[in-house]
Amino acid sequence: MGKDLAYSVIAGLMIAAAAQAEVALHVGYLSVYEDLPPTLSNLDPEPADIGIAGAMTGLEDNSTTGRFLGHSYTLTTTILEEGDDPLAAAAALLDETSFVIIDASADDLLAIADLPQAADALLFNAAADDVPLRDDACRANILHTMPSVAMRTDALAQMFLKRRWYDLVMIAGTHPQDTAYADAMRHSLTKFGLELAAEKTWAFDADMRRAAAQEVPLFTQDFGDYDVMVIADELHDFGRYVLYNTWEPRPVAGSEGLTAVTWSPVIEQWGAAQLQSRFEDQNRRDMTGQDYAAWAAMRTLGEAVTRTDAADVDTLRTYILSDAFELAGFKGRPLTYRDWNGQLRQPIALAHPRALVAQAPLEGFLHQTNELDTLGLDRPESDCEAFQ
Amino acid sequence: MIRSVLILSCLVTSPAQAGEIWVTNEKDDTVSVISTETLEVIQTYPTGERPRGITFSKDYSRVYICASDSDAVQVMDPNTGEILHDLPSGEDPEQFVLHPNDRHLYIANEDDAITTVVDTETRKVIAQIDVGVEPEGMAVSPDGAIAITTSETTNMAHWIDTETQELFANTLVDSRPRHAEFVAGGTQLWVSSEIGGTITIFDVADQSEIGKISFEVRGVHPDRVQPVGFEFTLDEKTAFVALGPSNHIAVVNAESFEVEDYILVGRRVWHMDFNGDKSQLFTTNGVSGDVTVIDVASRTAIKSIKVGRFPWGAAYRPTE
Repeated sequence: MGKDLAYSVIAGLMIAAAAQAEVALHVGYLSVYEDLPPTLSNLDPEPADIGIAGAMTGLEDNSTTGRFLGHSYTLTTTILEEGDDPLAAAAALLDETSFVIIDASADDLLAIADLPQAADALLFNAAADDVPLRDDACRANILHTMPSVAMRTDALAQMFLKRRWYDLVMIAGTHPQDTAYADAMRHSLTKFGLELAAEKTWAFDADMRRAAAQEVPLFTQDFGDYDVMVIADELHDFGRYVLYNTWEPRPVAGSEGLTAVTWSPVIEQWGAAQLQSRFEDQNRRDMTGQDYAAWAAMRTLGEAVTRTDAADVDTLRTYILSDAFELAGFKGRPLTYRDWNGQLRQPIALAHPRALVAQAPLEGFLHQTNELDTLGLDRPESDCEAFQ
Repeated sequence: MIRSVLILSCLVTSPAQAGEIWVTNEKDDTVSVISTETLEVIQTYPTGERPRGITFSKDYSRVYICASDSDAVQVMDPNTGEILHDLPSGEDPEQFVLHPNDRHLYIANEDDAITTVVDTETRKVIAQIDVGVEPEGMAVSPDGAIAITTSETTNMAHWIDTETQELFANTLVDSRPRHAEFVAGGTQLWVSSEIGGTITIFDVADQSEIGKISFEVRGVHPDRVQPVGFEFTLDEKTAFVALGPSNHIAVVNAESFEVEDYILVGRRVWHMDFNGDKSQLFTTNGVSGDVTVIDVASRTAIKSIKVGRFPWGAAYRPTE
């Protein structure tokens, strides 16, 4: 259903643009199947078209602009099911176009980037937040519109420091995503001169929808007093049951409570209300961080085509990584790419489900070149060499 | 002592001409009416939802208000505050401009990528023009021949032939164009770009770019210096430019395109209007919820006036 809709929109746009198209950009979107473990709650089913819907909104934005310039845009989406071979699918897509937005794990993404067909391609990582992809495992043909997990934990660390919440404890889950989040959080706290007073691992196997009220107070009792409890639960398995059940009446942050996110329905400043309503009208649901990352990838390409009047990898990549590039991303500042690892610089929202609390970089966190570089791997920290 | 000095300077710079500045309060669904004599709010009238753009008819007998979330342009009697009727406006009207013929309103429909032209007498839509994503800034040339829509996400100024109601040119500007004005007898078009941080100046005759103005506020990161609304002094030699979250107004030499001064005002300054003889400038400061009054001659802020939540647009009318 989602696929059909996508193609019909493409057809419509092609007709509209055919009259004067001088520059045509064809973009692929690849969604690799990921088998996630089950979670305790069934409250948050992931939309089937997550990411793709954002790319479609970006496609429409690009096409509207392109209409006035003789530029046309098309999008092909490939959605893999369980058991499908991501490399074969990526190779097929790369035969069609050199511009591919990818929703895949870090391992799959790297394997795709190393395909011979991808050697002269420009790939956008719109899903994986792993730090190594921006560090020693970086690839010159991958740009990242999804913020790294380090950008998000740095944002929270700035918040803790700003609010003078110095006394921190953490509960971490045992999934690899939880462990990566906990590692990033420890690193961020060290970076901003903070530390964890205590840590515990969540290894319960009871169904917490029934037992949380009994278990969590006892489980959190031996933390003693603290300012904030950090939860590393990136699959959103147990964290939701910790809020309001802690022994001490203290706020919760991290994967639950006060979260640092790429995008959230509660962002309405900086013209974001328009993007939210455009997205919602088209998709009848809220825009997620993954949708935003795919939208930003599409818009990055659109902005580069608009400004360069070209659609080849070399011209677009050079322009995107240059000082001339800037993307208006509804986050209150121009978004640009780090030319040392291909990461899209962007403010990070600190939000709870009902409101935006603050936006990092917070006031007072200064940087010699760009305050946005106080979030994530800065130039001297990154071991990425592919961009040199 | 200080107060007496201020009053004196007000008396010197503002002659007897009485008037009002009308300010739309985006998050209060009201307009605040400020007396240009007493510099106080003298009336607050309810409007439709999310009022933004505001302008008066030529004889000041009507005030038009974009009630964005009511999907209407409201027509108000400024003497009573009564809403007389709504005009069809297309969805989500944000900004508009009244054609010199005093009849045609050119309205930017932010959610729909459309500019709607409405006849204020017959109350009918006479044209809808496809423009770029998120149309916002609106301007019309003094001779009425050209209307402009700027589109925030497409990053263009769209040039509309008001005879045919069709686009005849589209010119790229920097990111997120917000406001446009014709100057120098309609020979120049100025367009501000909020995220790009610039004002682009076009030669109207051939739509070529003839200049670009950048801003630099001491102690404020360039990313936070975001030009939005701007207005010109009576002699058109000086432009005042609102710089958004940098909380400053830039004073620009409109001949050399050089910035001469920066004036600290309230938080997130967006739009502005002058009093009758243009001796005072009133800026809307969204985040601080107030209006700053600037003495134009001395280029200093002389007063802050509390209005409603998130003041957005400002428009002047004489009252005598």
